[in-house]
Amino acid sequence: MTAVTHEGTGAEAGTTTPVSRMAALARAELTLLGRTKATLFAALFVPLVMPVGLSTSIDGMDLSGTGLSTGAVIISSTLGFSLLFAVYSSLVSVYAARREELVLKRLRTGELRDAEILAGAALPSVAIALVQSVVLIAACIALLDVGAPEAPHYAVLGLLLGLVMWPALAAVTSSFSRSVEGAQFMSMPLIFLSMMGSGTFVPLEVMPDGLARICELLPLTPVVTLVRGGWTGGLPASDVLTAVVTGVAWTALAMWAVRRWFRWEPRR
Amino acid sequence: MNTNGHENVIDVTDLRRVYGGGFEAVRGITFSVGRGELFALLGTNGAGKTSTVEVLEGLAAPAAGRVRILGHDPYTERAAVRPRIGVMLQEGGFPSELTVGETIRMWAGCTSGARPTKEALELVGLGKRTGVRVKQLSGGEKRRLDLALALLGRPEVLFLDEPTTGLDAEGRQATWELVRELRDEGTTVLLTTHYLEEAENLAGRLAILHEGRIAATGTPAEVTATQPSRIGFELPEGYFLGDLPPLAELGVIDHEMVGRTVRLRTNELQRAATGLLVWAERTRVELRGLDVRSASLEEAFLQIAREASGAPAALDASVDGAEPGLAAASGTNAKRGAVK
Repeated sequence: MTAVTHEGTGAEAGTTTPVSRMAALARAELTLLGRTKATLFAALFVPLVMPVGLSTSIDGMDLSGTGLSTGAVIISSTLGFSLLFAVYSSLVSVYAARREELVLKRLRTGELRDAEILAGAALPSVAIALVQSVVLIAACIALLDVGAPEAPHYAVLGLLLGLVMWPALAAVTSSFSRSVEGAQFMSMPLIFLSMMGSGTFVPLEVMPDGLARICELLPLTPVVTLVRGGWTGGLPASDVLTAVVTGVAWTALAMWAVRRWFRWEPRR
Repeated sequence: MNTNGHENVIDVTDLRRVYGGGFEAVRGITFSVGRGELFALLGTNGAGKTSTVEVLEGLAAPAAGRVRILGHDPYTERAAVRPRIGVMLQEGGFPSELTVGETIRMWAGCTSGARPTKEALELVGLGKRTGVRVKQLSGGEKRRLDLALALLGRPEVLFLDEPTTGLDAEGRQATWELVRELRDEGTTVLLTTHYLEEAENLAGRLAILHEGRIAATGTPAEVTATQPSRIGFELPEGYFLGDLPPLAELGVIDHEMVGRTVRLRTNELQRAATGLLVWAERTRVELRGLDVRSASLEEAFLQIAREASGAPAALDASVDGAEPGLAAASGTNAKRGAVK
C-alpha cells in the first residue's frame, strides 16, 4: 500500500495551515461584505449612530451613587451595539446565506475544518467590531471628555469574550431558520433582549434588584459589565467573577450548541 | 490489493447509510477501485449514488461498514485524506457575488499545491470568464467552475457527482475529454451518473445501484453481457410459431408473440439469427420488421432495475411478470451483486 505515491503532488499531508485557510476564506468574506450594502451599512453605521441618541438619554438619568460616569456608560454600550450589529446580526445573515447557497457544504469537502469555516467567515465581522471599538473609544475620549480606563485589562477581557461568544451565538441562531430573512427574524429577540436587559440602554445599577439579578445572566451583560468596570475601576471581585463565569458559560454553551445543532446544508 | 494486484485507492465494505428519519439509503454495498481506475456508479434518481459518494468524500459517517480512501477513514481522518482528493458535488455552492477568479483564489488558499488560477480556469474552458460574477454564469459554466475547484489541487482521487448534468452536448464532450486525460495521467476517478452513455464511454468498471444495493458490477461489457440479445420480426401470414425451427436449438431462451410480432431473446445472437434466416431463406418467406440487436448497457440497466425491484415489466412488452428469472439465467462472467 505504501509503495505508490502520486507523482506530481509528492506530498502525503497538506501544505496549507489553519491560518492560511482561514485567511483565504476571510478575504473572500470581506469582499462579499463589501458587496452586500444593506449588511455593510447596518454593521458599520448602526453602532456608530447609537451613542448619539444614548448620550442625551443618559444625561437625564440619575447616575449618582452608582459609581458610573456618562463616558463609561456610553463606551460600554456602544461596544455592546457593535457586538450586536456588526458581529451578531451580520453573521447570522452570513451563515444563513452561505448555507442556503450550499457554500458551507462545498467548503466542507475541502481542507478547511468545520471550526475554521465558521471562524474564517466570522473574521471580517470581528475585525470590523475591533476597529469600531477603537474608533468609538478614541471618539469618546476626544469628544465626551472620558478619561483613560482605570482597569483596562477588564475591558480587554470583556471585549475578547464578546468577540468569541457572539459569532458562536450567530451560528446557533442561523441554524434555526431556512433563509436569510428568517435568520434575521430569529436574531431579533436576542438583540432586543440584550439592548433592554444587558445595561446598554438602562444600566443594571439603576434597575430594581430582582430584575438586575436576572439581567446579569444575559449573554451581553458580562461584556458590558467588564468594559464598564474597566473604565470606572473598582469593580468588586465578586462582580468580575460573576461576569467572567457568565460570559464563559454562554460561550461554552453556544459552542456546544453549534456542534450539536449547526446545519451545514439547507433543509430540503 | 485487489484482484489485479493494484493498490486499492477506494475500498468500501458493507457500507450502509441511514438518514435521520430512519430511511436506509445505502443498504450494504461493497466495491473497490484501484489506482488509476475510472469507476462509475450508475443508478436512477434515489438509487443511493449521492448518499454513497458523500460518505466516501467524508461528509457523512457511515451507519455501518467500512470505508477507506487512500488507506484512511475519510470521516475521522479528514486531514489526511482531503489534501489528496478533489470533490465535485452534485450541486456546487459558491457565493453568487464573488467573481470566478475570486472564487478560485479563495479555494486555492484552502488547497495544498493549488494550480494557478489561470491554469485551473483554462482547464475547464472558463479562461475568459475570470472577472464575471458567479451569479451571471450559466448552469453549465457553474458546473465547469465546480470541476475547476475539484481539480485545483491536482488530486490523486477525484469524486465527480453527476459532473455533466446540466451541460450541453459540447460541454459534456469537453468534460469527458478532460476526465479521460486525467484518467490517463493516473488520477483515480469515481463518477456517478445517470447517463449510461457517460459510463459506457468513460468507465473501466461500473456498478449499477438500485435501491441502495449493487445490482450488478463489472466492466461495461460484462454488465451488458448479463443481458440477452433480442430478435424481433413479423411471422409471415399462414405460418405458426410451431413452423419455426425448434427455438431451444437456436439458443433462444425466451420468446413471445404479440399479434403477429414474434420477439426472441438469446445469449447466442449469431446462432439464433443464422438459424432463423436460414429457415426464412429455405421457406422462401420474408421476415418483415426484422430487428436484430445486441444487449446494450441501457437494456441491462433497465432490466436490472426491474428485476431488483421485483416489479413487473413496465417498460418493455417482451418481458412480462409471468416469466420471472429468465433474464437472470445467463452464465456470464459478470459478478452479480449479492442482493441481501
